[in-house]
Amino acid sequence: MTDVIARLEPQSRAATRGLSDLSIRNLFIIPTIAFLIIFNVFPLLYSLWTSFTDFRASTTAPANWVGLANYRELLSDPFIWRNFTITAKYVLISVTGQVFVGFGLAMLLNRAIPLKGLITTLLLLPMMLSMAVVGLFWKLLYDPSFGIINYFLGLGKFEWLANPDVALYAVAIVDIWMWSPFVMLLSLAGLSAVPKHLYEAAEIDRAGPFYTFFRITLPLVAPILMIAIIFRTMEAFKTFDHAYILSSQPTTELIAIRLYKMAFLEWQTGLSSAFAYIVLIMVVAITNIYVKYLNKAKAR
Amino acid sequence: MSEVKTRGEVFANRAAIAAVFVALIVMLTPIYWIASTAFKPRSLATTIPPTVFFEPTLTPFAKLFVKRSQLRQPVEEDVYAAAPWWEQQIYDDGEQAVKNRKTGEITSSGYADRYKNSLIVSIISTFLAVSMGTLTAYGFSRFRVPGENDWLFFILSTRMLPPVVVAIPMFLMYRAVGLYDTHAGLIILYTAFNLSFAVWIMKGFIDEIPREYEEAALVDGYTRLQAFWKIVLPEALTGIAATAVLCFIVAWNEYAFALMMTSRNAQTAPPYIPSQVGSGLPDWSVIAAGAFLFLLPVAIFTFLLRNHLLRGMSFGAIRK
Repeated sequence: MTDVIARLEPQSRAATRGLSDLSIRNLFIIPTIAFLIIFNVFPLLYSLWTSFTDFRASTTAPANWVGLANYRELLSDPFIWRNFTITAKYVLISVTGQVFVGFGLAMLLNRAIPLKGLITTLLLLPMMLSMAVVGLFWKLLYDPSFGIINYFLGLGKFEWLANPDVALYAVAIVDIWMWSPFVMLLSLAGLSAVPKHLYEAAEIDRAGPFYTFFRITLPLVAPILMIAIIFRTMEAFKTFDHAYILSSQPTTELIAIRLYKMAFLEWQTGLSSAFAYIVLIMVVAITNIYVKYLNKAKAR
Repeated sequence: MSEVKTRGEVFANRAAIAAVFVALIVMLTPIYWIASTAFKPRSLATTIPPTVFFEPTLTPFAKLFVKRSQLRQPVEEDVYAAAPWWEQQIYDDGEQAVKNRKTGEITSSGYADRYKNSLIVSIISTFLAVSMGTLTAYGFSRFRVPGENDWLFFILSTRMLPPVVVAIPMFLMYRAVGLYDTHAGLIILYTAFNLSFAVWIMKGFIDEIPREYEEAALVDGYTRLQAFWKIVLPEALTGIAATAVLCFIVAWNEYAFALMMTSRNAQTAPPYIPSQVGSGLPDWSVIAAGAFLFLLPVAIFTFLLRNHLLRGMSFGAIRK
């Protein structure tokens, strides 16, 4: 609207006094977009090129064009598929855990409870902390000989992180601890938006608590819970920090960790760029679902 | 809900309160444990049964901040190898101190340097991201932008990339132009990372400021820029503060880029603290002290801004 006016009436108030709206808009928006293009799009194009080469950043050898060989190698590598399987399992465990714990906490808090504001804030603390540092101190808590988890649960010298079968769960537990508050936060907002008269009507109809929960509460909170699930799925898919610090088991090698090792420890720059592209396509797919739901929920 | 409560409802309420307190204890124990370990002498940090009552000491913090200028002679190789990491660091720093004494420089401990790096990088990148983000959000909120939704999606999508994916080409570019292991390099990365977030949150806040305020100012003879500066910005101040804190927390806690883009000079605390656990028997009370000091600013911000964080964290999906 404004740029149309500015074009049609160059003598209009807004156009003659100070900068025109059109130039203010450009001045405000273009630097940001240019900045993001330079630091996001350009590197991606650059790595698209390296993904078709055998380049290694640790040598000075020039890069040779190898076409789709990197992609072919990755997609036929069973170890890479294992990384994807591990990641899928990890995402499933941690997101499910977060939904149960987070939504459960929100249900508990959604009533008149003394010190509710303070409790909610305290429960938010884990998600504000550094995942790397959190990973580090969970290492202390998980320690088989002096960790307090084994002590309080009476597990003796149970190995959390050194046992390949348990390590992935141990990593997921940390993720659940950190991010359940996020699900709780969104669920609380969803719960508080459920109109009170629906519950009153249910009470008059002598509906039981299960009926009320499954027919009123859950359907009305579902959209916002969905946002929380998609957001957490996306983040869990990218998990690197605490998983990398907590465990070096092959059973906890998530995609991001494999990618990091390939790129920065083995220096297979070309191959890892191709890997990054495969991951990128997956993230874009998840993101699309996310934005679709976000817009839907905002439109309500 | 009805005023008169049945016995069942009273019981349900009490059970819920009890459950909330149990959950609170479970959720906060890890944080409490790291905080209390930071005040324990080394001998009590890893005892079984765990030490709950003890005389708090500040020794771990002192070890963390030993200044290079206070340090002594170089040590022999085997003494060095047998020492725990913090002592090795003191020895390393001791050699550095000898060099520094010649140049007259007073430097601080490895931890203090990394903490300072974290502060520099987080504060500057937050300032840049929030100021650019606010202007851009205003642009999108108030003017017609061709393909507005596509641009906003593009801005958001830059944040969705896993850091490792972007890090490979960024590393090559940074190495080529000399930004590797520099503060400027990390600041640029974190600004790019937070900018998309800042635009989205600020757009939510600015959309809620009535356009009539500016239109009235324009009629009164303000220019568009003056109206933005004097009317919109003051109205958006709480939103800006919340956005700034969230961006600061993200930059402050960032680990992956810091790990891949720095080695020593510009390294921040998140990759540094865990790297000290490596070999031998770590001094957990010193590590806990480092972690505690690192978590402190975030804990304080969370508490001070608790009411605004809620909206910011949900991209304005929730209206409070």
